[in-house]
Amino acid sequence: MADSVSNDAFVEFERVQKSYDGETLVVKDLNLTLPKGEFLTMLGPSGSGKTTCLMMLAGFETATHGEIRLDGRPINNIPPHKRGIGMVFQNYALFPHMTIGENLSFPLEVRKMGKSDREAKIKRALDMVEMEAFVNRRPAQLSGGQQQRVALARALVFEPELVLMDEPLGALDKQLREKMQFEITHLAHSLGITTVYVTHDQTEALTMSDRVAVFNDGVIQQLAPPDELYEAPQNSFVAQFIGENNTLEGTVKEIKDGIALVQLDDGELIDCKPINVSKPGERTRVSIRPERVEFNKERLQEGAHTLKAEVLEFIYMGDIFRTRLRVAGNDEFIVKTRNAPDQVRLEPGTQIEIGWLPEDCRALDA
Amino acid sequence: MTDTSGPLLAADGTPLKKRLAQAMFRSRARAFGLAFPLIAFIIVVFILPIIFLLWQGIYDARYSRLMPTSTAAMADWDAVSPPTEEMAAAMVADLVKARENKTIGQVATRVNRELSGTRSLFTKSARSAKKMEAPYMEALIKKDKDWADIEVWKAIKIASVKYNPGYVASALDLKYNADGSFERQDEDRRIHLMLFWRTIEISFLVTVFCLILGYPVAFLLSTLPTKTSNLLLILVLLPFWTSLLVRTTAWIAMLQAQGVMNDLFVVFGLATDEDRFSLIYNKTGTLIAMTHILLPFMILPLYSVMKTIPPSYTRAAKSMGATNWTAFWRVYFPQSVPGIGAGALLCFILAIGYYITPALVGGQDGQMISNIIDFHMRKSLNWNLAAALGLVLLVFVLFLFWIYDRVVGIDNMKLG
Repeated sequence: MADSVSNDAFVEFERVQKSYDGETLVVKDLNLTLPKGEFLTMLGPSGSGKTTCLMMLAGFETATHGEIRLDGRPINNIPPHKRGIGMVFQNYALFPHMTIGENLSFPLEVRKMGKSDREAKIKRALDMVEMEAFVNRRPAQLSGGQQQRVALARALVFEPELVLMDEPLGALDKQLREKMQFEITHLAHSLGITTVYVTHDQTEALTMSDRVAVFNDGVIQQLAPPDELYEAPQNSFVAQFIGENNTLEGTVKEIKDGIALVQLDDGELIDCKPINVSKPGERTRVSIRPERVEFNKERLQEGAHTLKAEVLEFIYMGDIFRTRLRVAGNDEFIVKTRNAPDQVRLEPGTQIEIGWLPEDCRALDA
Repeated sequence: MTDTSGPLLAADGTPLKKRLAQAMFRSRARAFGLAFPLIAFIIVVFILPIIFLLWQGIYDARYSRLMPTSTAAMADWDAVSPPTEEMAAAMVADLVKARENKTIGQVATRVNRELSGTRSLFTKSARSAKKMEAPYMEALIKKDKDWADIEVWKAIKIASVKYNPGYVASALDLKYNADGSFERQDEDRRIHLMLFWRTIEISFLVTVFCLILGYPVAFLLSTLPTKTSNLLLILVLLPFWTSLLVRTTAWIAMLQAQGVMNDLFVVFGLATDEDRFSLIYNKTGTLIAMTHILLPFMILPLYSVMKTIPPSYTRAAKSMGATNWTAFWRVYFPQSVPGIGAGALLCFILAIGYYITPALVGGQDGQMISNIIDFHMRKSLNWNLAAALGLVLLVFVLFLFWIYDRVVGIDNMKLG
């Protein structure tokens, strides 16, 4: 999964920039390579440039600078209708004046496909999303989830090799969304299509993707498989944006044997893994996942630095316990523990000591 | 569901529907109270006058009210056999009374409308009616030999009919005869149907021109960023800030033989100085000026509908391989149809009753039905015919509405 141009690259962005007003860049120097069959998610807050990237790939926006290649062919000057890319839109964009069958027939008709071929393909596509019974209905007669399935079938019916999805599950309720997440990934993998998926929902990104590109401020902050993204964020934006995260601010004291000694602002010392700090004296933001914080002394490593903490709040959430602590002046320090039979329930007001493995505590940019 | 199951009951045993009606009554009453002044205003100043005026198109009791005896005497006359002595006696009696009441002028005018030249016959005869003695028919003919003409009596018979189809018939270029039959008007007097037809033709052309010119403008407005589109929308609405008369007279300055357009044509060699285009005081002038004036009424409903069509539809179509034209024609256009329907109906109905513009720039062949209605209201003072023409126009417009509802569906129309 090299970021450089490789031979198996199916979609490539090379030094792509985009500006709408000629003053600010919405996308700054984007380089991205997708192999065939990959499910890539572009994740980021609104205004981070992810949708713009998708629109440039689809052909609805033109890149101000740089080259976009599809299967080795530059597509900057190819109009959208000649790119052969399937697309699922945020509001589904099912044509309200056509039935489901006519909607699916549309991409085949513009390809001048014969009637019997069309019918066979429509049937197969609807079978795939289990919507064959609705072929004569109109989009307005379907529920959100059903419309979503039809939109998916319509994007796939002409058998594109690349499918783009622009927050396709945004309008669905939680349960349906989770079901569709599974179905979409399943379909994409079984059909072997390359998928670029845009979302601002990090859970969606983590559960569905082969790789996730985290966008912020027009730049890919990190491009990595979900587990790497969660466990090894490369900078404090990614650490903050993906999952829940505790941060403590401090200054690097020394870096030795791959371990950075950080002095927090209230004077306490902790051991961290240096990620993007390089020399003593640098300001740093230390990030620890709530589920990696340990307060059971027996489980702590010997000689590891510990911090004093005061329990502020205990929240019972069913499968987990969520405990809010005050640590080194931070009132929002969260610890998550599994609801196991032997699990301690911390009472508010108690003083405890917390610690963690140095590799779970990452010293990032300030 | 079985018939034995009674109506749903509320907790206290009363039928649920009744309870609901009681509960809703207060809020309904309040809503009605708030709307009442406006409803009353509309009924008093709008609906009632229209009904009264249109009523005159089919009801004319002037003769029968002022000349009751002769009306009764003529009721059974077949308009073929010679007028009877009884009719003449009734006529003389009524003439005497009409002269006393000073209503003879009105009677004369009414009959004169059916047969011109009878006005003086009535006023003259009325003056000496008091001295007339039986046999009255001879006395009348002695006064004026026109009384011997059966056509005069036919005209009186027509005038005496209270619920008179003659006006509507005349609005449709038909002649209502004294024996109750209809025939087509003489060729040289058939003008109304031609005018109706021309009104429809002009309205239709104006609507089509507005659609052709307005559709791209509305599309542009709906796709531009809000800031720009608001500015342009103000430009679309700008004409409403100037008087209709000013806008129409501006076209006179533009289009007349020595006007701006013709000067430009001469400069560019499209016309010679001696042979300039006649762009005004004819149908062309009416078409140009009305298209300009009605254009906002097409653009606004179109814009409001197009604004609601998400750009993702056309994008989706293109992503599926449709060319720009296919995406427009098969995806965008069908969704803009409600706007076209609303705009076209609005333009057409406004155009069909248009008056000032054709009056000012229409010349001879650019006149529309409203101009002849105006003529009868203000010049010939034949309000009944004016009302009948209006009635025909109204029925026609309602018929169009009905057709529209059948073809497009009235709820398929969006005015914004």
